[in-house]
Amino acid sequence: MTTATGTTRGTGAVGAARTRLEGLAKVTGEARYSGEVPYAELAHGWIVLSTVARGRVRAIDDGPVLKMPGVLAVLHHGNAPRLKEGFVGSFGPDPVAEILQRDRVPHIGWPVAFVVAETSEQAREAAEALVVEYDTEPHDVDFHADHPARYTPEASPMGPAVTAKGDLDTELAASAVLVDERYSTPEQHHNAMEPHAAMARWDNGRLEIVDSSQGTFATANDIAALFQLDPASVRVRSEHIGGGFGSKALARAHNVLAVMATTVIGRPVRVVLTRRQMFSLIGYRSPTTQRVRLGAEADGRLRAFDHDGVSLTSTLTEFVEASTGFGRALYDADAHHTANHVVPLDVPTPTFMRAPGEAPGSFALESALDELAEKCGLDPIELRARNEPTVGPVTGLPFEDNDLIACFREGARRFGWADRDARPGVRREGRWLIGTGTAAATFPAGAAPSTAAVTAEADDTFTVRINAADVGTGARTALAQVAADALDVPTERVRVRIGDSDLGQAWLSGGSMGTRSWSWAVMAAITELRERLALGADIPPEGITVRSDTTEAIGAQSERERHSYGAQFAEVAVDVSTGEVRVRRMLGIFAAGRIVNPLTARSQLTGGMIWGLSMALHEEAIRDRASGALANGDLAGYHFAANADVPAVEADWIGEPAPDDPVGIKGIGEIGIVGAAAAIANAVWHATGVRHRHLPIRPDRVLGAGAGPEPAAGAVPELRAGGAAEGDTRA
Amino acid sequence: MREFGYQRAEDVAGAVALLGADPEARYLGGGTNLVDLMKTGVERPALLVDVRELPLDGIEVTADGGLRVGATVTNSDLAAHPEVRRRYPALTQAVLAAASGQLRNMATVGGNLLQRTRCGYFTDPARPCNKRVPGSGCAARDGEHHNHAILGASDHCVATHPSDMAVALAAFDAVIAYETVDGPGETPLADFYLPVGDTPHRETALPPGALITGLTLPPAPVAAHSRYRKVRERASYAFAIGSIAAALDVRDGVVREVRLAYGAVASRPWRARAAERALTGGPATATAFAAAADAELAAAEPLSDNGYKVPLLRNLTVALLSELTEATEGAAR
Repeated sequence: MTTATGTTRGTGAVGAARTRLEGLAKVTGEARYSGEVPYAELAHGWIVLSTVARGRVRAIDDGPVLKMPGVLAVLHHGNAPRLKEGFVGSFGPDPVAEILQRDRVPHIGWPVAFVVAETSEQAREAAEALVVEYDTEPHDVDFHADHPARYTPEASPMGPAVTAKGDLDTELAASAVLVDERYSTPEQHHNAMEPHAAMARWDNGRLEIVDSSQGTFATANDIAALFQLDPASVRVRSEHIGGGFGSKALARAHNVLAVMATTVIGRPVRVVLTRRQMFSLIGYRSPTTQRVRLGAEADGRLRAFDHDGVSLTSTLTEFVEASTGFGRALYDADAHHTANHVVPLDVPTPTFMRAPGEAPGSFALESALDELAEKCGLDPIELRARNEPTVGPVTGLPFEDNDLIACFREGARRFGWADRDARPGVRREGRWLIGTGTAAATFPAGAAPSTAAVTAEADDTFTVRINAADVGTGARTALAQVAADALDVPTERVRVRIGDSDLGQAWLSGGSMGTRSWSWAVMAAITELRERLALGADIPPEGITVRSDTTEAIGAQSERERHSYGAQFAEVAVDVSTGEVRVRRMLGIFAAGRIVNPLTARSQLTGGMIWGLSMALHEEAIRDRASGALANGDLAGYHFAANADVPAVEADWIGEPAPDDPVGIKGIGEIGIVGAAAAIANAVWHATGVRHRHLPIRPDRVLGAGAGPEPAAGAVPELRAGGAAEGDTRA
Repeated sequence: MREFGYQRAEDVAGAVALLGADPEARYLGGGTNLVDLMKTGVERPALLVDVRELPLDGIEVTADGGLRVGATVTNSDLAAHPEVRRRYPALTQAVLAAASGQLRNMATVGGNLLQRTRCGYFTDPARPCNKRVPGSGCAARDGEHHNHAILGASDHCVATHPSDMAVALAAFDAVIAYETVDGPGETPLADFYLPVGDTPHRETALPPGALITGLTLPPAPVAAHSRYRKVRERASYAFAIGSIAAALDVRDGVVREVRLAYGAVASRPWRARAAERALTGGPATATAFAAAADAELAAAEPLSDNGYKVPLLRNLTVALLSELTEATEGAAR
């Protein structure tokens, strides 16, 4: 294919704000999610999870349970269908998918049995009645940076585990200003609104799965490999998805057990996870501890940059939350080192969660930059401008483009940054101390090979077939816009078919690469289709279909540093006498290439920023050392931002279409969260004079830290005019 | 989830008779707590007796100027009632600070009083908990307890009572009325919640099978000058980590009457009587407010991770009493 100049042509469909094509179906309930599709003879499964953190299953007494009303089968390691040993999935070896294959219990909340019954309620009651006996072993869930089991992995999902340029010790020693601090982020969970759900059945020799999946092709391939089936005999469909955030693409307990059970009982079987089950079965973001060492000249120019991060993984497999990848292309320094380490513990396996690595990494590094700016007496934006790289600091590669400072300048203008008094702890409104903060955001802009088919129908409409996933972000609508634009027809004449592994290979919804990768394939097919249509032949009844495969084109790209950028701004109010922190407003200015649909793009960006707010102030899964279980593994205990926490949040964008992409897209799926927590933490410092290096910035931590130049917590404040006017009006 | 029977009671006597002495039966009000506990297996009733439609949904002013509130009045209706807003504004504020609008529309006054602790070890049947399974131990004392009790707890249980409403009721000396098969009875709120001791599973003084029918708030002119302030880990829809209901009557800088109750510090709403005694007849100054809070909190026995509640409650006491002083002195001028 050729790199089309899709950025200038078309009907203007790209760039127009459009509501979702399936919006009406969703709000009227007509759209069915995976757990809602009806099937005749449907049976229901319920997963039994281990209640111990380490050991072996000694015995499972399924006799009494099999006599309970409606119970059809009880599966466990002693009788479950055998899976491929040493299974290698789409993202490498994946023992997490090897469910009910052995008696080993690697963590609390591991599936040890599966009960199938006529109704969901019967399955649940039987599952809860099933007696499982364990031989327990001492467990270790205590994550800390200096854990003796810590090691440095060979690689991380986002690139090398370690990068090094220059002599760090020499540059640190020669630096006039030093920052050397440790930051930490807690275990966080992406508990999507729609729980994981799968229905599996055998239909005329084919295995059909209706799953909530960010990538049905990957899911189908993995299930086929796991059950040692011909890939062509497995079909996975996922029409509507209520959020995934990295947790919904793999073979996991819900879909594996549904397939096992339908194979055993010969009827369709559905599995829907509960909220509590999601807290141990779907993956999560590892806690991190990070050390950042920065050495700078008095003018702020970095001589030394060292970002060292530690995360945890399970004893089953290695997942690296690569928090130190964030700064690899962001700031230059004479010596530039980054490293990620992991500690295996008796915990569920962590996984990709929105902006894996970048979200926690940006909190640490962008906090440290703010500390350096304070020490240098520099404006935080000016500090970043003085360290803007001209080529990749680690790779030496040229940039596709780099709009970081432009984002800061535009954000500063709109946020009113120029009027900011840099001194911390000097602005008071009633019981609230007020502060503002900023932080950088960046995320890799990538594309992955995909196939697509576009058909010119005889009725003058067009059908786009691509195995994309619409996880709720509006991908279906965006693809219709891209196709309409490229075809130079109104969007209404384009229908889009997605979410079905039979549509063929396509990248999944992940890595902020979905819309870009799919659009590239759609553009490639349309470019050729238009050439064929230009010949003027009549369209036969079956239409004219052109297929594309972007493998070659993407492989032929020149090596460059390709990233999206952003600048986050936040204003906070802090009551140091109660520890309450309220975010008053947020502004994010992003440069992410061409924005296909401003309506859904803004929603996705502000959604990410709100998640960042939640990360800064609320989200924290607390693991109980004694049991290895979460002490707050439900949505009552695991707090995320409520509406009342979310103030005026504004997202906007600048910049040009990405030069290296046929449509000009860079991807916006994850950058919204990046840097948002740091901007808020920096604003809390500006308000109070106290640095918070551990998230979330909870009231007890604010109270414990007190305030800098202001009266410490516990001091008796003076009598003052009170009342609702200065009180919390969002009770 | 265990299969259960469901019956809707026609009247109070019928409800009490339906429940009888069956230890496996439960009254169902709004279900906003009980149903959650049934889903997780903490509660496994054989029978639910639905009392939400009983004719106990009235709020009326008593002859002496207090209020009588029916047990099935929803939290939303309680908060919105003009006489509650006028006579006991802290009660309205407390109720509105709790849960979400949807939950307040369902939750009843009786059910609110009887809601269970949100201690994560209580709500997870796989963990030890003396409140759920007597004798199984308390996992919170040496586990996650940053939002647990600092007052009135024991080695057996450090859970807090989650209600906001009950904190205001404690400040206003509410009396709980109930019905049993043997006839009606009543208990002051001060005696309603039992001391923790070594029996944390025994939470209230209600006789077995008793149905709460309502509560009475005695007349309290001081309550017209009252406020509730709640601190939580997000701006709404979270339980308190510290809360305070306060009513204050100040004339010429002297405290004539004060009511003070703390939430999220104990297994019950904590009436701060030591602080009230320290304040009454003394100066209405920030220093005096802080000293009174210190007098109350001297009994606090924080665990390793919840010591922040002591300064939090102290600061809240000073802040809220200072606000009330300004407001009442201002109104008097």
